[in-house]
Amino acid sequence: MSADLSIILPEILLSLFAIFALLGGVYTGKDGVASTLVWMTSAVMIVLAAWIGLSGEGTNVAFNGMFVDDGFARFSKVVVLLSAAAVLIMGEGYMRTRGLLRFEYPILIALSAVGMMMMVSAGDLMSLYMGLELQSLALYVVASLRRDSVKSTEAGLKYFVLGALSSGLLLYGASLVYGYAGTTVFSGIIQTAVHGEVSLGLLFGLIFLISGLAFKVSAVPFHMWTPDVYEGAPTPVTAFFATAPKMAAMCLFARVMHDAFGGAVADWQQIVALLSLLSMFLGAVAAIGQTNIKRLMAYSSIAHMGYALMGLAAGTVLGVEAMLVYMAIYITMNIGTFAFILLMEKDGQPVTDIASLNMYAIAQPGRAFAMLVLLFSLAGVPPMLGFFGKLYVLRAAYDAGLAWLAIAGVIASVIGAFYYLRIVFYMYFGEEQADGLDVNKSPILWGFLMASAAIMVFGIINMFGVEAAATAAAATLVN
Amino acid sequence: MDNILSIVTFIPAVAALIMALFLRGDDEAARKNAKWIAMFATSATFLASLFILSGFDSSNTEFQMVEQASWLMGLQYKMGVDGISILFVMLTTFMMPLVIAASWNVEVRVKEYMIAFLMLETLMLGVFMALDLVLFYVFFEAGLIPMFLIVGIWGGANRIYASFKFFLYTLLGSVLMLVAMVGMYADAGTTDIAKLLVHEFSYGSFELLGVQVVGGMQTLMFLAFFASFAVKMPMWPVHTWLPDAHVQAPTAGSVVLAAILLKMGGYGFLRFSLPMFPVGSDVLAPMVLWMSAIAIVYTSLVALVQEDMKKLIAYSSVAHMGFVTMGIFTANQQGIDGAIFQMISHGFISGALFLCVGVIYDRMHTRDIDAYGGLVNRMPAFALIFMLFTMANVGLPGTSGFVGEFLTLVAIFQVNTWVAAVATTGVIFSAAYALWLYRRVVMGDLIKESLKTISDMTTRERAIFAPLIVMTILLGVYPALVLDIIGPSVTALVTNYDKALAAADAVTQVASQ
Repeated sequence: MSADLSIILPEILLSLFAIFALLGGVYTGKDGVASTLVWMTSAVMIVLAAWIGLSGEGTNVAFNGMFVDDGFARFSKVVVLLSAAAVLIMGEGYMRTRGLLRFEYPILIALSAVGMMMMVSAGDLMSLYMGLELQSLALYVVASLRRDSVKSTEAGLKYFVLGALSSGLLLYGASLVYGYAGTTVFSGIIQTAVHGEVSLGLLFGLIFLISGLAFKVSAVPFHMWTPDVYEGAPTPVTAFFATAPKMAAMCLFARVMHDAFGGAVADWQQIVALLSLLSMFLGAVAAIGQTNIKRLMAYSSIAHMGYALMGLAAGTVLGVEAMLVYMAIYITMNIGTFAFILLMEKDGQPVTDIASLNMYAIAQPGRAFAMLVLLFSLAGVPPMLGFFGKLYVLRAAYDAGLAWLAIAGVIASVIGAFYYLRIVFYMYFGEEQADGLDVNKSPILWGFLMASAAIMVFGIINMFGVEAAATAAAATLVN
Repeated sequence: MDNILSIVTFIPAVAALIMALFLRGDDEAARKNAKWIAMFATSATFLASLFILSGFDSSNTEFQMVEQASWLMGLQYKMGVDGISILFVMLTTFMMPLVIAASWNVEVRVKEYMIAFLMLETLMLGVFMALDLVLFYVFFEAGLIPMFLIVGIWGGANRIYASFKFFLYTLLGSVLMLVAMVGMYADAGTTDIAKLLVHEFSYGSFELLGVQVVGGMQTLMFLAFFASFAVKMPMWPVHTWLPDAHVQAPTAGSVVLAAILLKMGGYGFLRFSLPMFPVGSDVLAPMVLWMSAIAIVYTSLVALVQEDMKKLIAYSSVAHMGFVTMGIFTANQQGIDGAIFQMISHGFISGALFLCVGVIYDRMHTRDIDAYGGLVNRMPAFALIFMLFTMANVGLPGTSGFVGEFLTLVAIFQVNTWVAAVATTGVIFSAAYALWLYRRVVMGDLIKESLKTISDMTTRERAIFAPLIVMTILLGVYPALVLDIIGPSVTALVTNYDKALAAADAVTQVASQ
């Protein structure tokens, strides 16, 4: 028992922290502590990430296989925690100046991070569902954090209703899998789910599971909530949605597919490949008409999930590795991009219309250039790091015999390049206008933007060791 | 000087970085500094590249001055030159100082302008030196970004359409090549170009979606690479981005585009398509030859009716690139020699022609042919220089333009007489449009009121043209200067190509018996 507890010690510590912070917040009853709490939460997350990343080794299983702590889980947890911490720090100023910084905000983020850590370590359908719901419930609330805004509450409600639906699908799938496999533990399911012997009931369960998971990663055709939630939620919350939960959901996806259904790759490969194909194309095409940068980023994230799913669809070690690398790069890019979006203000009010960026390059050459780098990276144009992410998944897909998916993916990337270029067009080629955006002097946002852009350029030298870590992580998942 | 290639490649990038980080302000002094830094950096690159040329042994057909280091994903950072690439490197380093000098009048966002051109130079040099597939692709594609910005920011009235068209067109072409590269990596297990050159890609025919693919994988890979290089070249019918981009780009942008960027397509055919996919090339060569012949005649005719000088020269570029693709896919010594020669010479000639247009555009701010006439009366020096390059463009013996056209036509005559007959008529058309352009702009009486005060070329402008004139005539009367360097490497290329085809033939015959 104590051995089990020591394996999930990071999760316990983060939960305890959240509970004590909640108690403290309730007793003082003031939102004034929220600012301190944001910094504390981030600090705790960073410390935990460092601890998990540096100390853990080997594969440890707790609670009879319900909780798995392996290299794959550790890689995902480090990325999740670091990105959550980064987004918390980034959004602090924005939330404070707009009176949104309630003390619940960092606590909810911390709780959802606990949920995500559970998700990526899930070794059983029950712990999977537990982590998923803990994460989602916290997210439903933060989506509607701005109580007096119709759009924000609408976003929260939409997210909740559709999220509940997808949870229902997932649970139904889980019950079918349990019914036909006779167990909820992944290591038990994999014994029964062998290609060629997968019963029809199990296949149905698998499909419902995939549908539920696809909702969480916002893959087409389960993406409908994404643009509205991205647009309605306060920008720091949107930034959070675009980063950590995506990583967690994608890793959970990979874990279910490989740990529970690793023997039946051919049975789910086509489904995931189709999800990937649809996501890439819808993300690329639907973003073209957007003028709101948050909606645009929503479609962009759908397209990016399509590429990450391409890695997953390969169903190989290389595929999982490509997916992990892709997600790590995607999250780094998105942190920088959202730092830029948070910097967009006019007369003290946040602006999301991309036309307001007109000739931003004259007013703020440094920031515009950093954004230029990020946009080309998002588009997957070399020499930016985003290109290497795409190259990874393309290689994995090609090696797995999915050349058609690779070809479709590169064509979608050309279509997608158009809308990233359109932002460059506004920033660099537009007409001179009298009143541009305010000069937001937040050094934190500036720092995140510049760091993210610098990583996109200089990361191509050796990827800061992420590649080796991803290789090791993927190897522990697929064997 | 173990890493001379990297030094040459990255001098401009370092200069751009220094400019970006340390050059502040936008006053007169800062602009001057930006121009001088760019001038200094490009000249230094040219001088450093002379070491490459002097250290190069043309009798050795292997890659020389190779540098190698491991990189991401098991890729290599590998650079090197051989007889095919070295002259493109020299062309690039030679042209860039002239391009910077030609931009001396730019006054808008000068610092960014110079940074864009310096980055572009690094990326272009990288393309010609890279010896790793992905490294090549990175340089090849990254060049789109500065060019997109150059056209989009400093271009003409319709620059936005032109820049988007340029970017998306070329990107679409090259992503298919990326998939093929991934496929080559999967097949050969390496991305090292030197190893891929000796790897035999499978050419067994198979059925794909009910269509019999003769030449198998090689044909498919050839088509994927072809999609990229044909757009870049550009070949008819995917050339339509070029006139738009040329017309809208600033003068210096047009010069780089015509003189260097277009050559990447031809270089790509020689580096990848022909030697790596000999069977695929052989299967599709007739198609490419006919496309080239059509390009030569069709774009020459289109050039004839243009009213915009830059557009006319742009179409003439497409026609001249037609000779290049035709020469390459004859796959014999004269053809490939001629193609490389034509590319180098076209670099000088078309660059000079765009500079000529720039000279009068700077004065009159129009490119309409109708707006000019009788310039010879007020601009004798310009008239002389423009005539020289018009003649070179036509392919007058004694200029470098003649050698390339003649060699490729000799080559195609051995391979396909009909294509040769069609292509040769293109020579006549090219004389027609070039001479007619010259007649309308320079000759006649000076009757237009606006032209009465036009001034002749300044010393700076004459200085820019001097090296181009020297090279055009020198290569015209003594082509061995180029042919001696490329000759052995081309011979090796042709020999290997024929050997690979013979081997493939033998295999197919055994199989069919």
